[in-house]
Amino acid sequence: MQIKILRSETNTYQEYRLPAGEIPLLSALVYIKEAQDATLTFSAGCRASVCGTCAVRVNGREELACSYKVKPGDVIEPLQYHSVLRDLKVDKDKAKGTLKKATTWLQKFQEAPLTPEDEKRTEKQTDCILCNACYSACPVFAVNPDFLGPFALTRAYRYSKDKREGNAKTIIDNIQSNGVWDCTLCGECTAVCPKGIDPKMDITMLRGTSLQHGHQDPSFASQNFGGPDFGGGGFGFDPNAGF
Amino acid sequence: MIDVLVIGSGGAGLSAALAAKEAGASVLVIGKMYPTNSQTSMAQGGMNAALGNVDEDHISLHIQDTIKSAHGLCDEDMVRQMCGDAPKTIEWLESIGVPFSRLDNSKEGIATISQRQMGGASAKRACYAQDYTGLKILHTLYDTCLKEGIDFMDEHYLLNLIVPEDTVKGATFLDIRTGEVKQIDAKSIVMATGGYGSIYHGFTTNMYGATGDGIATVLRAGGAVSDMEFIQFHPTALKHSCILVSESARGEGGYLVNEAGERFIDELKPRDEVARAIFAQMKEAQRVFLDVRHLGEEKLMELLPQEVELCKLHEHVDPASELIPIKPVAHYSMGGIDVDYALEVNGIKGCFAAGECSNAKVHGANRLGGNSLLEITAFGRFAGENAYKHSIYASSKPADDAQLQKDQKEIEAIFSKESSVNFYSSREALGNLFYEKVGIVRENGQLNEALQEVIAMQVSQQQMGISDKNKTNNQNLIEFLEFKNALLLAPTIISAAIARDESRGAHYKVGFEEENEDFKKHFVLQWKD
Ligand SMILES: Cc1cc2nc3c(=O)[nH]c(=O)nc-3n(C[C@H](O)[C@H](O)[C@H](O)COP(=O)(O)OP(=O)(O)OC[C@H]3O[C@@H](n4cnc5c(N)ncnc54)[C@H](O)[C@@H]3O)c2cc1C
Ligand code: SF4
Ligand code: SF4
Ligand code: FES
Repeated sequence: MQIKILRSETNTYQEYRLPAGEIPLLSALVYIKEAQDATLTFSAGCRASVCGTCAVRVNGREELACSYKVKPGDVIEPLQYHSVLRDLKVDKDKAKGTLKKATTWLQKFQEAPLTPEDEKRTEKQTDCILCNACYSACPVFAVNPDFLGPFALTRAYRYSKDKREGNAKTIIDNIQSNGVWDCTLCGECTAVCPKGIDPKMDITMLRGTSLQHGHQDPSFASQNFGGPDFGGGGFGFDPNAGF
Repeated sequence: MIDVLVIGSGGAGLSAALAAKEAGASVLVIGKMYPTNSQTSMAQGGMNAALGNVDEDHISLHIQDTIKSAHGLCDEDMVRQMCGDAPKTIEWLESIGVPFSRLDNSKEGIATISQRQMGGASAKRACYAQDYTGLKILHTLYDTCLKEGIDFMDEHYLLNLIVPEDTVKGATFLDIRTGEVKQIDAKSIVMATGGYGSIYHGFTTNMYGATGDGIATVLRAGGAVSDMEFIQFHPTALKHSCILVSESARGEGGYLVNEAGERFIDELKPRDEVARAIFAQMKEAQRVFLDVRHLGEEKLMELLPQEVELCKLHEHVDPASELIPIKPVAHYSMGGIDVDYALEVNGIKGCFAAGECSNAKVHGANRLGGNSLLEITAFGRFAGENAYKHSIYASSKPADDAQLQKDQKEIEAIFSKESSVNFYSSREALGNLFYEKVGIVRENGQLNEALQEVIAMQVSQQQMGISDKNKTNNQNLIEFLEFKNALLLAPTIISAAIARDESRGAHYKVGFEEENEDFKKHFVLQWKD
């Protein structure tokens, strides 16, 4: 069987031949590196779908290399919207920076009675392995590289819904700009998440919570309170000033 | 100059970093991957603490169970400290938001954390978060590190420690992205680089890269390592992929059966006994299976969702209706960097070690399931605190660049060397050799053969090199360096196994099937010039 892999040095698709049989893509990549071409570069760790290292794109869709079974003719590429370091290996620093911007941590601990139902409320969200698949699938990054993105918002949801969180408002405040309102609710993130997480739903819920905390949809706000046409903010050149 | 340099960003490293920072140190964490990619993410079953939330339980029972499983090779004071610190450590994890599974008992705080039984435990003692315990602890630690503004340098590979006059002054690293060799000066160092299970390449539950780099580095720098022969085999790894099916599957009532459908061992015995019982079945050409069908689909999805998925994916079986084919493989390394009561490395002042890379003498000859996540968090914090204390009095005069220059030359030499032996084949051969001859059941003749073969491999290492000559993001180079570390540790494991003419815990030797009082001791290895 043959597969094609995008090589960064030449920016072309290189064909590799694999023995027939059903194997995980990661095993195929390891096989190529060990036996055919040691320069092929990719990242991997656990090989058990839990460390989040090995996400790539297969035929245009995000997959964990360790859990995707290779098929003849597959085309393998690195994740989108990450700078490619080499071949399938990408730089995930920027995506991780969004966690910091969104302040996705427990802000202020408070003791709380917790039940299995409380645990269930964010069980899925805490399954996130930070594989970055959702970030690669999200179309907003094509137009706004500063968008906080699906996994950071899912994580914000996780902490904001935790009964031990004594200051959920801070998290909500920190995901307003380039955050919950910039998502188009297209659901691409949900479609590719290997852990069955639904960032789109989390973002929808966060919008609701944002409203409760007194925030507004900024696009809605700007329609009412003057866009650039009216020279709104009172600073700079005002076309209506009558020079 | 940094006060505390933490090398390794798994659970032990992040716990150390947080404690050092809390104490007032400036902290930098360096690792060869991103923190959340660490092996800690793979821990499924749980973390021990005698909370007594489900059954009656006491710290003294936790201590007793741990000592019993260690077969006389632990330090009882260290065990006492670890088990005694456990409830407090869970409380700390609770305070940073770890999403533990809960009981419906209308209590508050950690009294609501659910607990399950693991092998060798006399009570339901393991706190868990479904079967993603390690993942959820690791990610919460990471989030907290971001909160505390801890600095990270990811994708930096530890090359060597800088140790003039027996005191650590820093370390050298290969920046994986640029290929540049760097020196980082520090007043104290915490080693948290994980275990060496991946020497059993192809026969281990561990991730690629669990090659004992930190342990090999300490050995090269004049520090001591100990108990290297004690390698724990996990009874239930998926037969074809070696992916772990957590012990909690048996803890929750799963059976082990052979082809004839017969149970042949009490599934809740410690891992060494269960692994040997399975191995004995395999020797009789029996295939062995884990049977969890009677637990029912709903309970399986509730307790072991990850394993159900992995079985379907890698073994093509549905555990709710089919038997799971399994075999025992290398899982945990009890031995490692030899440390004292402060977790300071014997032989290197100012250098501390915590987690799987360290031998704090709490697991002895056999580790109990759930005690490793406890060790990495409790002792990770302890190491961080002690490293900070050391840094207060340590000199801030940086070391010269002798080691840096040496390592730069060495990396250049690897690039310029022609390779005639493919080290990937040798890596696989080493894994096979270890599983066959340094495995679950050992025998002196085979161990000696293994030692000869390893020495031959070390000789032929001269002909090994890399075929990828690109300076940047060279994974081929990293894997070669990892293999060299594995090969450096290989003889320490085999020679200690040869010297230990007895059977104790995970070390079982034909012809010497009993424990021998003369060997109730640690084998400590150190290079002296
Ligand atoms: C499949 C599996 C399941 C397990 N389940 C359980 C369980 O249920 N309960 C339990 O208690 N224990 C369990 N364990 C054991 C436990 O997970 C590990 O012992 C523990 O996580 C080790 O943590 P650590 O921080 O010491 O090392 P690791 O998490 O392995 O981290 C090591 C760090 O060091 C870095 N590093 C290594 N070498 C270098 C180098 N040369 N340069 C720079 N950085 C380097 C790595 O990148 C990594 O960040 C399990 C282990 C496995 C493999
Ligand atoms: S939400 Fe899903 S796709 Fe996104 S990083 Fe987490 S696990 Fe990966
Ligand atoms: S739903 Fe929102 S976050 Fe998810 S991919 Fe679409 S735009 Fe991105
Ligand atoms: S290798 Fe860990 S998720 Fe694929």
